[in-house]
Amino acid sequence: MGEYKKPLPTPDIETKQYWEGCKRHELLIQRCKDCGTYCFPPMPMCPGCQSMNREWTKVSGRGKIYSWFVVHYATHPDFVDDVPYAVVLVELDEQADLRIPSNMVDCKIEDIKAGMPVEVVFEDVTDEISLPKFRPVR
Amino acid sequence: MDTLKDKAAIAGIGWTKFSKNSGVSVLSLAVEACKKAIDDAGLRVKEIDVIVTHNMSDSVMPQEVATCLGLPNIGYHLEYWAGGPAGCQIIINAAMAVVTGMAHYVVCFRALNGCSGRRLGGKGERPPTTGEAQFLIPYGWTSFVHAFTHCARRHMIEYGTTPQQLGMVAVTQRKHASMNERAMMRTPITIEDYFNSRMIAEPFRLLDICLETDGGCAVVVTSAERARELKHRPVYIMGAAIGGGPNPTPYGMSTFGWLRGSHTELYGKYISPQLYGMAGVTPKNINLAELYDEMSIAVLIQLEDFGFCKKGESGPFIEEGRIEIGKELPVNTHGGFLCEGYLHGLNHIAEAVSQLRGDAGERQVKDAEIALCTSLGMQVGSALILRR
Repeated sequence: MGEYKKPLPTPDIETKQYWEGCKRHELLIQRCKDCGTYCFPPMPMCPGCQSMNREWTKVSGRGKIYSWFVVHYATHPDFVDDVPYAVVLVELDEQADLRIPSNMVDCKIEDIKAGMPVEVVFEDVTDEISLPKFRPVR
Repeated sequence: MDTLKDKAAIAGIGWTKFSKNSGVSVLSLAVEACKKAIDDAGLRVKEIDVIVTHNMSDSVMPQEVATCLGLPNIGYHLEYWAGGPAGCQIIINAAMAVVTGMAHYVVCFRALNGCSGRRLGGKGERPPTTGEAQFLIPYGWTSFVHAFTHCARRHMIEYGTTPQQLGMVAVTQRKHASMNERAMMRTPITIEDYFNSRMIAEPFRLLDICLETDGGCAVVVTSAERARELKHRPVYIMGAAIGGGPNPTPYGMSTFGWLRGSHTELYGKYISPQLYGMAGVTPKNINLAELYDEMSIAVLIQLEDFGFCKKGESGPFIEEGRIEIGKELPVNTHGGFLCEGYLHGLNHIAEAVSQLRGDAGERQVKDAEIALCTSLGMQVGSALILRR
């Protein structure tokens, strides 16, 4: 694959399992083993029940568009040539308030609508990193 | 219960020129603003014993300011790490220091070369993709403006708020700024000008977004008794509150992340009961409001969360002209961050003090007795109710 020129995530001790899941094309979300609450971004303690029993659970990858914006003027140099581009905030079906930022694929900017059902696809941008993106559910 | 109510007062205010390129250091802006506020209070510099400030991006430490001002001895000092939510918060901190005997005369300042120096929106650098930003930046979510788009988008989705209603914030505040000699943007605009301003991150146009400013602003806080002996009529701190609901900051100090929680109901909802409770007033008693306006949408949401209209009704409230000087609730009488300058909050407080002293000239709100000031940073904030 050609050299990928966009910024890449910097996985850390809390997030590396998320990115390892993405590499295998699995959307893993951290979940509380005691109360079952999902948490994204991951945290060392469950904000719902204060348990530190955490696990990574594969989720359906389906959700709905909660919100989005369309960048027409980019301040980050790596996105200057991409304008206009849309960033969506997807609320996953598993839990209200469980939201992932992403980009849409196979979808025109003007077709993005609130509540639109979407599903995850993975883009292998480097050997190490695959970015979860979303497409409309057909 | 024994509270802060009416025990502390604002006795002095000072500003440097607000510009895009100050040509001087942040320290220079800080000490100039502090000296002007101290002079305004009618104090001598050596009477100041406490300095508080807050810091995000450009700043200088209070110790450095004490050195440069030549304070013979510095007592309590604080540099609070925060941007938006800190303006009212540092004044509250100063008031608490005064009433607990930790301070006699406090100077609170904020100084930054926010345009020519370090810009919050960045100026071509690549921010680190750590913390929450690892989930944002790879997709092109790279700034505070992007985070706040969701407040506007969700307000539109949930309540039918329109771009026209956002635009009327910019139009109204520009009208106010046209009467303010300190304001960076003073030429009146129409709603057509708003719609013609370029799209930055839809739904935000350029005129929805605050300025970037080089400048300094300072406020002197002391006890109510001492304030009565000074040059100006004191402006008393009637009510104060700091806080918010869940998710006060994103994971890993990535300050422009905002994934969880509501985007249409913010900190104001959580702190209003304490704020109004301490002051013993209701929104009906407020004569003017200086509402944190880093983006137009923040004004709408705060009108609702601080009880001036019902949730979802701020768009029509603004469209009906009710936030203009001379109308029901004048908002951002100096033009706010959209027009006067973005000093991260303290300039809202200084303007409220001018208004309550009756010194606001052409833009004076008639019979202004009680003012609300707010400071907001994502899902946390602070607020003051001031009275003359």
